[in-house]
Amino acid sequence: MADLCAVVGVGQTKHASCRADVSIAGLVREAVDRALADAGIGIDDVDAIVIGKAPDPLEGVAMPELWLADALAAHGKPVFRVHTAGSVGGSTAIVAAQHVMAGIHGTVLTIGFEKQSDGNAMWALSVPIPFGMPVHAGAGGYFSPIVRGYIKRSNAPTHVGAMVAVKDRTNACKNPYAHLHEPDWTLEKALESPMMWDPIRFVETCPSSDGAMALVLMSEERADKHSGPKAWVHATSMRSEPTAFAGREQVSPRAGEMCAEDLWRKGGITNPAKEIDVVEMYVPFAWFEPMWLENLGFAPRNEGWRWVEDGVTDIGGSLPINPSGGVLSTNPIGASGMLRFGEAAMQVMGKAGEHQIDGAKKAVGHAYGGGSQFFAMWLVSNTKP
Amino acid sequence: MSEADGILRLRQPISVTYNWSAGPNATSPLNGLLNGTLIGKRCPGCSLVYFPPRNGVCPKCARILGDDVVVGPRGTITTFCVVNVPFLGQKIKLPYVAAQILLDGADISMQHLIQECEASDVRIGMRVEPVWKDRSEWGPTLENIAHFRPTGEPDRDMGAEAGAS
Amino acid sequence: MARRDVAIVGTAQRPNEVGTTLTSVELILPVINEVIAKVGIERREIGFWCHGSCDYMSGQPFSFVAAVDAIGAWPPIIESHVEGDGALALYEAWVKIQTGECDVALVFSNGKTTSGPIDRILNLQADPYMVTPLWPGFDSLAALQARACLDAGIMSEADMAEVAARSYRDAMNNPVAYAKENVTAAQLLDRPYTTAPLRAHDCGVPVDGANAIIMAAGDVARRLTERPAWIRGIDHRIDTQRLGARSLIESSSAAIAAATAGVGNDRIDIAELHAPYTHQEILLRRAMNLGEGTHINPSGGALVSNPAMAAGLARFAEAAESVFSGSADRVLAHCTSGPMLQQNLVCVMEGE
Repeated sequence: MADLCAVVGVGQTKHASCRADVSIAGLVREAVDRALADAGIGIDDVDAIVIGKAPDPLEGVAMPELWLADALAAHGKPVFRVHTAGSVGGSTAIVAAQHVMAGIHGTVLTIGFEKQSDGNAMWALSVPIPFGMPVHAGAGGYFSPIVRGYIKRSNAPTHVGAMVAVKDRTNACKNPYAHLHEPDWTLEKALESPMMWDPIRFVETCPSSDGAMALVLMSEERADKHSGPKAWVHATSMRSEPTAFAGREQVSPRAGEMCAEDLWRKGGITNPAKEIDVVEMYVPFAWFEPMWLENLGFAPRNEGWRWVEDGVTDIGGSLPINPSGGVLSTNPIGASGMLRFGEAAMQVMGKAGEHQIDGAKKAVGHAYGGGSQFFAMWLVSNTKP
Repeated sequence: MSEADGILRLRQPISVTYNWSAGPNATSPLNGLLNGTLIGKRCPGCSLVYFPPRNGVCPKCARILGDDVVVGPRGTITTFCVVNVPFLGQKIKLPYVAAQILLDGADISMQHLIQECEASDVRIGMRVEPVWKDRSEWGPTLENIAHFRPTGEPDRDMGAEAGAS
Repeated sequence: MARRDVAIVGTAQRPNEVGTTLTSVELILPVINEVIAKVGIERREIGFWCHGSCDYMSGQPFSFVAAVDAIGAWPPIIESHVEGDGALALYEAWVKIQTGECDVALVFSNGKTTSGPIDRILNLQADPYMVTPLWPGFDSLAALQARACLDAGIMSEADMAEVAARSYRDAMNNPVAYAKENVTAAQLLDRPYTTAPLRAHDCGVPVDGANAIIMAAGDVARRLTERPAWIRGIDHRIDTQRLGARSLIESSSAAIAAATAGVGNDRIDIAELHAPYTHQEILLRRAMNLGEGTHINPSGGALVSNPAMAAGLARFAEAAESVFSGSADRVLAHCTSGPMLQQNLVCVMEGE
């Protein structure tokens, strides 16, 4: 029933802690212009725009897509805004793809962005609720007790988080757009990194970044006439569950498991670890790599940390994870999900430059948000399903 | 406004005042706190007891919470972290332990501070009890409890519940 | 045009009020339960949930996350959220049904408009560098547009008062409407200006409200209700926001959306227009070429109850209900977003 949809262009900004050199519109257009150039089309060729970002209080604006209509030359076109917390970059790409798959538009531009240096990100992520007890310091304070739970039940050695951090920060050096370029990390140095929210260290924590990612999606009819490389969307999936309820499994949420199960089923994948060539996975705190390896069905329960130790997820390993450097190296919250989806597309299009995984045919983009409760994934390939 | 490298920058403070309502289902728990009692609410669907009653609703059943149930005052730590990073609005001295505490009689853990012991002594399964602020400082808020401290009882084995809600 | 026939099969609206002490979740939960009960569907048959709301209105980043508590998201569900009116969430759900990924969707929205200074908050929708720092106020921007309309001679203050008087009188028949009054245009014109040339009656009353709608495809819709309100066309467009860059006495985005949705293909019996200001109803009528035979806002519209982020979806609910009851065969539902009718969503529905 659904049409096919392909990514034909990808563009992103140089991510940084503060892009004081551009306005919000300038930040967005930097990514958009690169995506349009990559796709070989002009902005007037775009039929509709689907834009996503995380909470507007991060910038002190409300529904900025309204004001951005001018910067996006969107007069007379549909503009649609998605907001699903941290997973928003991923769900935005899915909503955009569905506009194409439903046969409504032939060329859709989708954007995820955040210019969080404009506001105070720590505050926006932990505005205290009246009558409650404010104890945690942002997202790290929320997730570190969950990480502690994983370490205890899996008996993982405590250096695993630092190993992931070193890998991702080193990978980021091969990604000219990544926020953090820190070439000198070793495991020894990482284990000396100060504890922020024990057991999470400073090096194991994502930065706060300004940045944007844009993708150009086309219908099969138009993509077939397009001469450049394409990433065909084989499957998309989304799942959500409540933030907290009695007995909720926080370490490996059921919504994440189901999101992956749905993706594998739709994409015809029966052995993810063998059939997937590369994964761009949403890892804002290093320990989420082994946790999500299990949650997504790659590694057996309590074994994800062994895969990290064995180098499986290195660029040269059998299942490279986050060759772009991932969220650990770049985190504009509204864009991060789309960065994962877009980097997955770049891999199968052969456009990942220095961090290209050779011969990547099938790639997965993954995003999550809220209290590990919103999950969005897509499976892309350079051949049609 | 500031101007550097030819770019004009504007600092725009935004201040908005809201009326925040905890909702009718928070009434008995908040009144309980005014009197030094911890009152949770039971879901008429699954019978699980929530403290505090987030939004007045059981998220599993999507039902408005029902009967009041006295919980605690003691509880067990299900998981925790040691916070070393200061943040805007923070009033607590570093380092401090933020823990999830499953109060006796409740089915979901709540978040609070652990004090009166070394951060390194805190462990999953530790038994803790609330230390209240001076009564003169009380309001309808969980902040009436200054922190939790170890009771000295033997640890509970949290087993598979470690890290869970 | 669309590959699947999709219809609204049930609606629920909460009586609009001012100064509610309920949490957003407590506002939403009953309307969701009500629409599910009305349609007689099992929760697990709902393939997609979509929600419209605004963080700045709620006073909290990620405020919509709490709403997931109201929908019983266990076992995990497929849901999404738009930062905007529930009518836009309905559009996302319609798109999803078109892909075949689901057959039934539940869309909901809520706005606790009176818990914060909405006129001030909506300033944040404007250009953050050039306009927001002036803190003009949403009513003031609307007043600029009303002034332009009056000066161009395309309407009079009496025309605007007539829209209000009709709406307040019609609202007396609407159990969920907030403001109701048996009043004439002449009486309203005697009342003072609030933000000239607007008077109090020219501006939608901010209220707290919540609503929910269930949509279904094809035979599923026919199974769920006797007379589904079939979506024959739906489209949304945006105009520039830059003040002075477009004519304020028309809404080209509304005109394009209406044309694309097929408004002009046949008569429209009832048009539920999301016009939070009286002059905007007149502008929308002109933009969509709605004739004398079209009954505008029998519900009273957003003038009598304006729960921001839910007022658009309320128009869909009202329009669909008029099809269910048989009082209309072909209806229009509209939602606007942004200052001065900047963005517009138009939908045409029909009984079979």
